[in-house]
Amino acid sequence: MKRNLRFKFFFIVAVILVCIYGIIGLPKNKAELIANWHNSIHLGLDLRGGTYLVLQVQQQDAFNDKAGSDADRLKDAARKANVPFSDIEVDDAKTLQDATKVAITVKGVPAPQAGTFRGVVSEQFAQWLLTPQNATDYRLTMRPTESLKMWQQVLSQSKNTIDRKINVLGLSEATVQQRREDADSELLVQMPGVDDPARVKQIIQTAAKLELYEVKGGPYASREEALGQSSGILPPGTKLIGSASTGASGSGGGVYLVARTPVVRGPDIRDARPEQSQSTNGWQTGFVLSQDAAKRFAAFTGANIGNRLAIVLDGKVLEAPSIKSQISDQGEIEGAASEQDASDLALNLKAGSLPASVIYEQENTVGPSLGADSIRDGFYAGIAGVLAVIVAMLVYYKKSGINATLALILNAIILIACLSYFGAVLTLPGIAGIILTIGMAVDSNVLIFERIREEVRAGKAPLPAVDTGFNKALLTIIDTHVTTMVSCAILFLFGSGPVKGFAVTLVIGLAANVFTAVFVSRFIFDWELSRPKPVAALSI
Amino acid sequence: MEIFKQTNFDFLGKKWPFIILSLVLTAAGLISLAVNGGPRYGIDFNGGALMDVNFIKRPSAEAIRSALHKRLTGEIEVQEVANSQEVLISTNARDEKSLQAVRSDMIATLNAAFNSDTGGKLDIENAGQTALADRLRDPLAQAGAALSDDRLQALANQIANYRDTHSGLVRNLDELSAVPGVTPKILGVIKQECFAGNFNIRSFEFVGPKIGADLRQQAINVVLIALGAMLVYIAFRFEWIYGVAAVIAVFHDTIITIGLFSIFRKEIDLTVIAALLTLVGYSMNDTIVTFDRIRENLKLQVRGSFTHIVNLSINQTLSRTVLTSGLTFLTALSLFLFGGQVLNGFSFGLVVGIIIGTYSSIFIASPILIFWQNVSERRHRGRGTPVFESRPRTSPNKPVKNVKPEKTVKAVK
Repeated sequence: MKRNLRFKFFFIVAVILVCIYGIIGLPKNKAELIANWHNSIHLGLDLRGGTYLVLQVQQQDAFNDKAGSDADRLKDAARKANVPFSDIEVDDAKTLQDATKVAITVKGVPAPQAGTFRGVVSEQFAQWLLTPQNATDYRLTMRPTESLKMWQQVLSQSKNTIDRKINVLGLSEATVQQRREDADSELLVQMPGVDDPARVKQIIQTAAKLELYEVKGGPYASREEALGQSSGILPPGTKLIGSASTGASGSGGGVYLVARTPVVRGPDIRDARPEQSQSTNGWQTGFVLSQDAAKRFAAFTGANIGNRLAIVLDGKVLEAPSIKSQISDQGEIEGAASEQDASDLALNLKAGSLPASVIYEQENTVGPSLGADSIRDGFYAGIAGVLAVIVAMLVYYKKSGINATLALILNAIILIACLSYFGAVLTLPGIAGIILTIGMAVDSNVLIFERIREEVRAGKAPLPAVDTGFNKALLTIIDTHVTTMVSCAILFLFGSGPVKGFAVTLVIGLAANVFTAVFVSRFIFDWELSRPKPVAALSI
Repeated sequence: MEIFKQTNFDFLGKKWPFIILSLVLTAAGLISLAVNGGPRYGIDFNGGALMDVNFIKRPSAEAIRSALHKRLTGEIEVQEVANSQEVLISTNARDEKSLQAVRSDMIATLNAAFNSDTGGKLDIENAGQTALADRLRDPLAQAGAALSDDRLQALANQIANYRDTHSGLVRNLDELSAVPGVTPKILGVIKQECFAGNFNIRSFEFVGPKIGADLRQQAINVVLIALGAMLVYIAFRFEWIYGVAAVIAVFHDTIITIGLFSIFRKEIDLTVIAALLTLVGYSMNDTIVTFDRIRENLKLQVRGSFTHIVNLSINQTLSRTVLTSGLTFLTALSLFLFGGQVLNGFSFGLVVGIIIGTYSSIFIASPILIFWQNVSERRHRGRGTPVFESRPRTSPNKPVKNVKPEKTVKAVK
């Protein structure tokens, strides 16, 4: 019996030491102690302050873009193969659900050339499925496997780009992940400690799609005037782009008629940086193009001196300067309102453009003051609750109440250590979970003590009474813990964020509780009873 | 100290007042739900935006509402938080377009309405640390108090910390002289560049319609699955009728709790669902402890009718039930009183649920067992195959209070 007890004693001490090490490590002084404590307890967003965002990637943008560029390539390919056609147009997808249904319509391919046309499509446009509409018209839609691939690609590219943007901002603890495993298009961004969510949201949301277009006409005062110039229908291969509302550079304002496909696209930009402008006294953003793009750009600007070039950012014309000479790989975007603006734009250009725009579906921002208050409130509530429980146990069960209190304290230590070891995040509901665990932990002790009391009342001696009490209560304890753990497990699996934190702390607390109530409490009783001075009656 | 030495209350005899109480509460809850068109969902389930604003001196809710009404679509609701200068502003505008801009719109409107003309200065109550540092950098240099980037960041950090530990509000810029690192010269620059606004945005939350629908579905799934899982577990550990009785009791608890939320006009959000699940687990606990006792007593072949055995079991576990409920109630109550505004709905649900959960084990679950026992005995009496295996009674027939004659029973498992 003695050896058993000693073994148990060392085991319990070992557990305590491991837990304390997990929480505060091996500090050499007070500052390190506090630092370790802060490091081991990861505070959730609602306690630390920060932002939680769910965004939906508008896949249809990317699909429409691809259809657009493929349509242009198809035109070139058809011309090269001497296949006449009257029209090749893109049937844009308007919503996210329809993104994969984007289609290219081809009209007016004469029946004799049908075979050649099919050949061209199957060779160079294998991603598209060709469906004839009638003798001369066709419709190309994306193959399901290809569209699925592209969907995933756009999603992961968006995720990586946003990740990069956030990293460049210096938010090292921020995480970006896909919200769910299924084919949805949602990303979850968590940014602890961010106190200026508006700026971050702005940066994320800026697709920073920079495109340079050949200007065919404009600026017109409005869309109607532009259409009026070409008798109501746009000339083939062109589109209208409005300009950004503030014409800071002076050449903005109105609507421009531009070529349908841009000369330079976002991915062509290799670098960007804010610069102090030579001419004006403000800031501008300089950018550098990649090799291939530089060649294309040089060819274009060389052939178009005197014409105008539209610099389009996120679908709005920023400025439309005239091309004075051949430009190959460098350019500037003028008119930034401040250094911060120029540098934000450079950041966006550098991090790469988002392949599609994003809209926000959910945001939860907790300011740091609320976080601090929540911790304080949770702390006071916890202390009040624990004290109430300890006092009640001592009053009601006398000396055995001390057993319960010791077990309770050990419970708390194990719980916090587990949170630290698992790297679990403590949220406000998590604190509530800890407080609840205290309340429920006491239940096991009560069950056992009540049984022991019954046995004592029935006339048993202390040792057998304790024995029987523990044995009989064990089954009930397991039953009750399992049911609560089941509901916690379900909460964990299907809940999100703070609710998960609650489930985690409750489950760990209950598991720790089985250990402390059954093993540790029992040990303390046994130890008390095995002392040389015989115990006449249990203080319970 | 021992309160319940050897009690012998006839709980089941006195069950009717409590059953009626339950029915009344359930009815009240259901009527409230019907009148109000369902429970009051928080934005987690309804979609919309919620902003928590702390004022130095809180204007009237009406003033806030009318100021916002001019600029924001949808219904604006302004709720004052008791014992503080905080308000919760919510709008239920549900379409995605208006939700994208709602945060900046709200802030702009509040600024225009409640911050006097600032002349372009930075609002120190809501400034981020980086913005504060950026704003002060050049003016500090001009005033001859230039700081290195690191020290400037540290200063901004200190100022922000001071503000955040004072509920997010700096009432008067002079207070900042208490912040380490703020010399009189620096304070002068701060006064030149910043102003102490009238409010601080504590938190902001918005849920788009798609996510709202997702969360609603999730919540329903979670509750149903949890109930189902527990039914399975209990049916496995006891007989299935015990499982049904426990689940009905838990159902009763949940409905009354939701009804009470409706009566007190409290919002139901995700944390409240977590509280509901917790009290489901807790109520199950309670019921299981009682059932365990009943099963044990049946195994011991304690003499007496089934009702008598159930009564005895309840009495035996009474001490434990009251004490545990009492203590858990105490911890939930301390959460409710001291836990702050964010957990208010959660702790209310727990406080109410614990009380209801406790009495439901005694006055709902057990009577269901007995009722079922009676029903199945009546059904099987003619056929001679009882629900519970019976053994011949050895004591003479005693006249019992109940009208229906009952046999002595013994558990099958």
